[in-house]
Amino acid sequence: MSLPSDKMAPASNERVISFQQAVNEALDISVARDPNVLLMGEGINDPSSFWGTTKGIAERHGSQSVLEIPVAENGMVGVAIGAAMAGLRPVVNFQRVEFALLAIEQIFNNAAKAHYSSNGAHRVPIVIRLVIGRGWGQGPGHSQALETTFAHIPGLKVIMPTFAADAKGMLISAIEDDNPVIVLEHRWLYNLVDNVPVGHYRSPLDGAKVVRSGTDITLVCTAYNTIEALSAAETLSQAGCNAEVIDLRVLNPLNLEKVIESVKKTGRLITVDTGWVTYGVGAEVVAGVIEHAFAYLKVAPTRMGMPNHPTPSSRGLIPGFYPDTVSIVAEVGRSIGMSCEKIEELKLQLQAARGNLPIDVPDPSFKGPF
Amino acid sequence: MNLIGFLSRFEDAGDHEAVLTRFYRETLRIRLVEEEIAKRYADQEMRCPVHLSVGQEASAVGVCQALSHDDQAFSTHRCHAHYLAKGGDLKAMLAEIYGKAAGCVGGRGGSMHLMDLDAGLQASVPIVGSSIALATGFGLAEKRNQSGNIAVAFFGDACVEEGIFHESANFAALAKLPVLYVCENNLYSVYTPLSQRQPDRPLTDVAKAHNMAVWHGDGNDVLAAYEISCQAVRHVRQGNGPALIVLDTYRWREHCGPNFDNHIGYRTEDEFEHWRKLCPLSRLEQALDIDGRVDSTKRKAIAKTLMEEINGAFEAAKSAPLPKLEDAGRYVFAE
Repeated sequence: MSLPSDKMAPASNERVISFQQAVNEALDISVARDPNVLLMGEGINDPSSFWGTTKGIAERHGSQSVLEIPVAENGMVGVAIGAAMAGLRPVVNFQRVEFALLAIEQIFNNAAKAHYSSNGAHRVPIVIRLVIGRGWGQGPGHSQALETTFAHIPGLKVIMPTFAADAKGMLISAIEDDNPVIVLEHRWLYNLVDNVPVGHYRSPLDGAKVVRSGTDITLVCTAYNTIEALSAAETLSQAGCNAEVIDLRVLNPLNLEKVIESVKKTGRLITVDTGWVTYGVGAEVVAGVIEHAFAYLKVAPTRMGMPNHPTPSSRGLIPGFYPDTVSIVAEVGRSIGMSCEKIEELKLQLQAARGNLPIDVPDPSFKGPF
Repeated sequence: MNLIGFLSRFEDAGDHEAVLTRFYRETLRIRLVEEEIAKRYADQEMRCPVHLSVGQEASAVGVCQALSHDDQAFSTHRCHAHYLAKGGDLKAMLAEIYGKAAGCVGGRGGSMHLMDLDAGLQASVPIVGSSIALATGFGLAEKRNQSGNIAVAFFGDACVEEGIFHESANFAALAKLPVLYVCENNLYSVYTPLSQRQPDRPLTDVAKAHNMAVWHGDGNDVLAAYEISCQAVRHVRQGNGPALIVLDTYRWREHCGPNFDNHIGYRTEDEFEHWRKLCPLSRLEQALDIDGRVDSTKRKAIAKTLMEEINGAFEAAKSAPLPKLEDAGRYVFAE
């Protein structure tokens, strides 16, 4: 997949690295700058090094920078929160978002509320990295996103970086933030490369980014769906439809300014969620747009995401389960009033281009830089 | 009560009367505050649930007297005794229960969320077991910082049913953290007795599962509670890893609220009478009478002074202003 040619060449302080390498750099830099930063996880320093994201950190900065935790997610997140209240800056790492479910009471009650219920006395500068699984038959308990579950809680910041530069800069910002931050990292983004600045920098956790300008429709996406939406936008542009793609990036605190600005321009909105459609991110985005830009809507907004059932493992049950380039193109086509024939033509074109690529692994043409 | 043994911990004979006075005053103060809350609760100006510590004063005092000021403690919904025994500000406590801006957390938490950072009570968390992990996290930080301070988690008998206790103890033992776990066994979790919640084995056995040092004692004997605590605190402060103290005690009034409820069927009046005779205050008073120095005249004077302080604090709480409505949304995020 090639992307709009208006992409800038890397700046002199940038080079092309992967999301996974970018996360590793963020952790490495943060540990180097502040001895209070403590990486905690099950297998934090094992040979897999959390898919390479924690590689080499203990070697470079000493064993006191990482802490292997027993398989006790509730207790250990509580320990991390207590340690954060005492002045450490723990980064808890779970290889699946589902592992955090065991610690929901600690996260929702102690992490999210300590600052409020202590009348501002306590701070909980904890970061919890959670990976959203997908593909290779991951199945019901290893493929959830759960972003709205976390984002629903006042006091809990929730971020979903898509591009490698954000993976690094937003993680650094999260670690330096005095609030609890949930970082949801989508597994299928790990190998995507992009221009990433060298050294320390922060990407403020301030809201959405327009990653592709357009005039005809607004696509609001989280994480991996941003990549699918960019691919869809390219196909659509060949068909004369100019889509604006927005990477939502920060779910809590939610800032819909750029989304509303965009819908006022395009009059059309499709949200593309990593989670289930029902009670998903799209529900909140659509509600906000209706509240603030109702008069600008030319057609009712549409929400895309996972259907209302758990993720099955078998590749025979997955087709159509996740939004993808084809379904996004079709949905946009419907929204802008494209003829059914034209939509079918585009779908067939995309399916032919895709050929026999298996659907339970990432599309190899999605690599970046973006 | 072993008053002689207790006093042998204090070298200077001249100190002894002062020490006895202090232990008596600390224990009595909690009793008087709690009973005054019970008395005034029907005024409906304390508009939050209260879980009183009447009957459980001695375990709080015994443990806290063995701690240093910089040791950090965590408590639960039943936090009043721990708050006061650790040195928490009485005016701020009552203002909090009255929902006033001058409350220790500005009216945001009420009785179940008392804290006083100056006194080293970091937080009270009402979800059963939740604060045990926080205390363990503090222990991790204290060890990394080599502060020499210990972290203390106060909790009840039901907590050893919670997984989080075992997860915390497992980690604390593994990492040799300076954490003191204090289990006040008052035999009930609301209305459900221990025998319906745990198999028939001593609570102290759970420490063995985690290779943790353990002490067991009479939580209604403030001097014994102190003695055990001194031993456990020394063990922990010397870097030997965590310790568990199990103190047997009894909750006099209902689980939540000011009343007695021995008539509703989950426990008997006889059982209550048995424990009322083991009242930590009466037993201490008897021991003090035998010793002779802090006699009943002195004790009446102590009580009088305490009631002046307590009544003053109640009046201050009643007349203090409510928090400002525009502050309700503050402190969601730290700036």
